[in-house]
Amino acid sequence: MVAQEFHGHAAPQGFIRKYVFSLDHKVIGMQYYFLALTAVFVGMFLSLLMRIHLIWPSASLPLIGEIKPETYLSLLTMHGTIMVFFVLTTAPQSGFGNYFLPIQIGAPDMAFPVLNMLSFWTTFVAYLVMLSAFFVVGGAPLHGWTGYAPLSALPSSGPGEGLGADLWIISIALFCIASLMGALNFITTTLDMRAKGMTLMRMPLTCWSWFITAILGLLAFGVLLSAGILLLMDRNFGTSFFVPLGTVNGQLTGHKGGSPLLWQHLFWFFGHPEVYIAILPGMGVASQVLSTFSRKPIFGYKAMVYAMLAIGLLGFMVWGHHMFMSGMSPYSAFAFSVMTMAIGVPSAIKTFNWLGTLWGGRIRLSSPMLFAIGFVSLFVSGGISGPFLAQPVLDIQLHDTYFVPAHFHLIMGVAAIFGIFAATYYWFPKMFGRMMNETLACWHFWFSFIGTYAIFMPMHYLGMAGHPRRYSQLTEVSYLKPLMPLQKFITYAAFVTIAGQLIFLWNLFSSMRSGKKATDNPWEATTLEWTTTTPPPHDNFGGHTPVVHHGPYEYGVPGAPRDYVMQNDPATVATH
Amino acid sequence: MATLSPTIPAQVPATSRGDRGNRPPIAGGGDGGRPDPGLPDYSGRLRRARLGLGIALTPILMLFVSFTSAYVVRQGLPTLDPTTNQVVHDWLPVQLPTALFLINTVVLLASSVTVEFARRQFARKVALEPLQSIPGVSLGADKDFPWLGVTIVLGIGFLTGQWLAWRELRASGFFVATGPSSSFVYLLTGTHAVHLLGGVLALLVAGSTVVLHRSLVSRRIVVDVTAWYWHFMALLWIYILALLELAH
Repeated sequence: MVAQEFHGHAAPQGFIRKYVFSLDHKVIGMQYYFLALTAVFVGMFLSLLMRIHLIWPSASLPLIGEIKPETYLSLLTMHGTIMVFFVLTTAPQSGFGNYFLPIQIGAPDMAFPVLNMLSFWTTFVAYLVMLSAFFVVGGAPLHGWTGYAPLSALPSSGPGEGLGADLWIISIALFCIASLMGALNFITTTLDMRAKGMTLMRMPLTCWSWFITAILGLLAFGVLLSAGILLLMDRNFGTSFFVPLGTVNGQLTGHKGGSPLLWQHLFWFFGHPEVYIAILPGMGVASQVLSTFSRKPIFGYKAMVYAMLAIGLLGFMVWGHHMFMSGMSPYSAFAFSVMTMAIGVPSAIKTFNWLGTLWGGRIRLSSPMLFAIGFVSLFVSGGISGPFLAQPVLDIQLHDTYFVPAHFHLIMGVAAIFGIFAATYYWFPKMFGRMMNETLACWHFWFSFIGTYAIFMPMHYLGMAGHPRRYSQLTEVSYLKPLMPLQKFITYAAFVTIAGQLIFLWNLFSSMRSGKKATDNPWEATTLEWTTTTPPPHDNFGGHTPVVHHGPYEYGVPGAPRDYVMQNDPATVATH
Repeated sequence: MATLSPTIPAQVPATSRGDRGNRPPIAGGGDGGRPDPGLPDYSGRLRRARLGLGIALTPILMLFVSFTSAYVVRQGLPTLDPTTNQVVHDWLPVQLPTALFLINTVVLLASSVTVEFARRQFARKVALEPLQSIPGVSLGADKDFPWLGVTIVLGIGFLTGQWLAWRELRASGFFVATGPSSSFVYLLTGTHAVHLLGGVLALLVAGSTVVLHRSLVSRRIVVDVTAWYWHFMALLWIYILALLELAH
């Protein structure tokens, strides 16, 4: 039977249909990946400008000039927004998820290919709208990625809060719609398109993580969209959802008395699940890679699945812990605090299971494994400060200090990025048919690993010493002067770490052109993407659909001819 | 490429694993029992479209849940008047165009009934399609009542009615920015109207796919999921109306 009969759409011939407006989930996945790749370098560049400004506030930079306080706030806003939405949400879920979810469950494509294409192009437009905020009158907005009202709701509240802020909100709204379309596709595909024998409990943990992330996105992005609509109405139609009665910047606002707290509730009801949207796919990839490169089944597969479900569920009940300082009844604060600390339980289950997987394994320290171990390390280091911040008493002290950026950069920023790196090194051979250079990958790992710790560990000390975040210039404040050497150290570390990322960029593009040819299953892994050719054909399995006989992590099976059993291997091996 | 250690038969005892199996493929799991998941047949496509719709309704529901919570919170919220420095309640009850809203409700419910007839009509057409190709078999003249067209007309009628209701609101002095309560009236009805407009467009597409040479099966699937969507919109409207009328 020809491939096309199996596939919802035939293989396209023209360049535009094949690479631009493609319906193929693999091409769309790569489009997302490269979008995120450009975004991460924009975001990193912005952070570098901020770091330079923090230690040399009067430095005049080429093209940009001296960074004014409002410019600093713009950089901060755009850095956060671009990183959270267009990198951490885009690459691990939409990028790798799009490419590998259908292949790993044995499907020829996503359930709704046209919707999938629309989802990418909406994201792309959202990205352009976001970047365009830099170039309008007044520049990019100042209100941070959290967009707290009334700063975000009043066009007169600052230089970037005019057209720039409108563009920011429109971009976020478009991103919400795109993410909802994506989530719809992921969930339908997972539920409806699994190959014969691929029960839910035989899915690779990556598929579970994409599935749960999609459910979180489906529930969370609608709420952010609603908040964005209300904010746009406040800004443009004179409504008073978020703007309080009274004066802002010495001017009467003319608003009737809305509640800035309402924005915070709506935003964080989205915002906290968003943290898990960023990190869950990384957990899936880490599980996949740790098992493969330890040559052992993942420790506690079912516990891993239930832990992810628990993290997803609890993630919707803890948004108030971002608002301890916003005015909250001590009883609510207590409830949010307890729920937040409860997330430590499934997180610890996952961590111990990863360690259990490594224990006694025949570990192969290839590049994906390095980054997966790095992921676990960063997840622990970043996670351990979570219970500190979850307690209102401590949060009052640490709120709005560098302790908070230290915490969330380690756990949702860099840990998720390490998940993306692990996924890149792991799946690159399948995606591009070539291997990446292992020596360069090793250099990249140590630069990134030591570099990120050098950047973010000292920030904890800055925070505990009372150094507030978000201020553009505190070099002349006497009690902070002793902390300047530490700030300088962080900036130097940032320079070195970012330089290390150029190794990755070089490795990525040079390996695409001239890397060693990859075999179909270079890592000796078991899941379905390794059963097809490298790179996979248009319909993924060349005209047939696989039949699944095994769980996803059959490594070290006693009595098997090799130390691994592919998921579609019909051979029955005597197991206990 | 990494230098991999030689593949050796494992002696490490397996510690814990998921649903490890040497069992044959499980029917009912995954896609068991069904034909190929790649190119679903008619019933497979219909099932997938319905599943997709059910999932798509979730964020729409979340959108309105979010609006509702904002509505309830804002309603009970006292605000500080800086001119008098006193805490005031500024929730101004809106004089709703109840009569018009009720007429619109009847129109929408009627359209929900007609869209159901359209849905069943298309299901029947698809079922009978193979018979018609048999030589000598006649199913009689097609006396199909245009349920789809009626639904579209009723849908547009509802939207026009909503627009009239907004005009009445404006006439009695309630604009979008008049007060928090009036903002919410426009917000809830407006967002619902936009969603219903989407339904009308989908039905128009289903009606016009004859022109676009789409198969009857494709049209039937579009009509089917839009009908379910339409019922959901009708229920949502009753909920919104109850919220506005009872909790003001």
